[in-house]
Amino acid sequence: MLKFTSNEMKTLFSAIAELRKLYLPIEKAGEVGFYLWEEDAKVRLDVLKTVKSAKDAFFPQSEHLMSFKVKDKAIEIEQPSDDMDDFVIMGVRACDAKSFEILDSVYLSKPVDTYYQMRREHGLVITMACGQPEESCFCTVFGIDPANPIGDVVTWLVDGTLYWEAKTEKGEAFTAELTAVLAEASAEDVAAVNAQKDAIKAITEKLPFANLNLEGFDGEHLMEKFNDPQWAELSKACLGCGTCTFVCPTCQCYDVRDYDTGDGIRRFRCWDSCMYSDFTMMAHGNNRNSQVERFRQRFMHKLVYFPANNNGEYSCVGCGRCINKCPIQMNIVKVIKALGVKE
Amino acid sequence: MTAVREDMLIPKIGIVTDIRQDTPDVKTFRVNALDGGKVFEHMPGQCAMLSIPGVGEAMFSITSSPTNKEFMEFSIKKCGCLTEWLHQMEVGQQVTIRGPLGNHFPVEDELKGKNLLIIAGGIGIAPVRSVINYCRDNRADYGTIDVVYGARTPADLVDFQEMQEEWMKTEGMNVHLTIDVPSEGWDGHVGFVPNYVKELNFSTDKTVVMCGPPIMIKFTLQNLMECGFAKTQVYTTMELRMKCGFGKCGRCNIGDKYVCKDGPVFRFDALDQLPSEY
Repeated sequence: MLKFTSNEMKTLFSAIAELRKLYLPIEKAGEVGFYLWEEDAKVRLDVLKTVKSAKDAFFPQSEHLMSFKVKDKAIEIEQPSDDMDDFVIMGVRACDAKSFEILDSVYLSKPVDTYYQMRREHGLVITMACGQPEESCFCTVFGIDPANPIGDVVTWLVDGTLYWEAKTEKGEAFTAELTAVLAEASAEDVAAVNAQKDAIKAITEKLPFANLNLEGFDGEHLMEKFNDPQWAELSKACLGCGTCTFVCPTCQCYDVRDYDTGDGIRRFRCWDSCMYSDFTMMAHGNNRNSQVERFRQRFMHKLVYFPANNNGEYSCVGCGRCINKCPIQMNIVKVIKALGVKE
Repeated sequence: MTAVREDMLIPKIGIVTDIRQDTPDVKTFRVNALDGGKVFEHMPGQCAMLSIPGVGEAMFSITSSPTNKEFMEFSIKKCGCLTEWLHQMEVGQQVTIRGPLGNHFPVEDELKGKNLLIIAGGIGIAPVRSVINYCRDNRADYGTIDVVYGARTPADLVDFQEMQEEWMKTEGMNVHLTIDVPSEGWDGHVGFVPNYVKELNFSTDKTVVMCGPPIMIKFTLQNLMECGFAKTQVYTTMELRMKCGFGKCGRCNIGDKYVCKDGPVFRFDALDQLPSEY
């Protein structure tokens, strides 16, 4: 284990930014999100839940796909650029780090999405253990350890000191570039990190949703869960605002649209939401006409359809953003409790 | 054009080389690669994403048979924003095209050597025409071919000319046409497809391929089952909203399946395992 030699975090950020574009949880207009670090940025490593998750780094909310030049009846495709700078996203929490693996199983499975793949190849993920898990956190339910996140590099911030451990080849190579600001941690340091890990474990065990039971959420119970009469009641107040899908680190649905710039057509993709009424709308009709159907689709996908196709892995990482943001206080925890096995 | 990046979202360019007005609201477009020939090969039942940049992109079944080595055809009904635009195209217009997408009818497997019953309603003829012409062009590989095709009026029968001039003259092939309501000059059958299928009382040794409006599918399946057919004998092809066409964008997700990649062709016993959200 290494440690950052200064207590002035800015020195580290600036050392990294010398090497790569650096994205960090930064406060802007009172909200914290992952933004490009600059000298005067207000970095908030104390904030666990950025408003949007870290998925923008690899699956941006809006992304240019290609352009077209249209002249009379002829069409010319302008390929997207393959140039991309390497970048670092730092301060990613265990839940968001796990969400990248879930997105990988969608976008890196054949046929590979090369836009996503390119970002994954150019991006380096530095995660940070959650010193103080919050009441809305339930990542441990999905087997995620907030004391030991996955990532190219994992960090622990203990009493103002940052501890650093490279976990992948990519992380090792990057760490080698930062020897000027990193030093070997002492036995005492390691003990301090271990003490934090123990403290995190003690907190997570007592969190209100720590004992959520996922039994029965699998492909075998697909029709049983789908036909559960409780969907109507659960979805009754849903506004279909889509906030849950936009703050969700694993929601992966997208729309593809064209925009006429006046000087050609730009085709872009952007996040979409299965909660929206026009998500499945076709010229001949809509196969999910009511909000109960759309609501059910979102949770069935995360808790039943996705695991059925991905060796039992759920498309939820328990980050709890939807719990905090839903305007009608409905969320995946309530769905799991209602539809799951009763204690 | 610069080097082509290999991504399923990036289309190729095709050119419309012929347009046929089939019915008041259906046109069949012939599409070639810019340097002639086909943009890509496909199997019967597979689809392609067609787009006019700036207007939109949507999934269409490829109505021509892969045995046609010269061009691809798309029979498209005017019913939305993109299709309105497509219907205004003239020969020489370029379109973007991605594919082939999805699975196909098992013409080389389960359908081979079988007596076939092909049922279509309205524009539902588009995907099954590919199967019909594939089987006609490989005639020795299949038994009898019965086609039941219905439309609102005689003028709405897509590809009527090919049916009369080629299908009806193919040995071992019977074409049963029907229209919804009596029409002047029509001395053929009048009535809805599900009832006509029942009246024709086919022997249950046939393997069925069916496509049409959901209501037609529902009642025809019901009637087929009353006639003694099993769901394992009946195939259909589904249509849902799609953006990517290969199982990523999430729109056509039904249960643990994506209609774009796990379908669009499904056997009815497999559909029983899925929520009925289609």
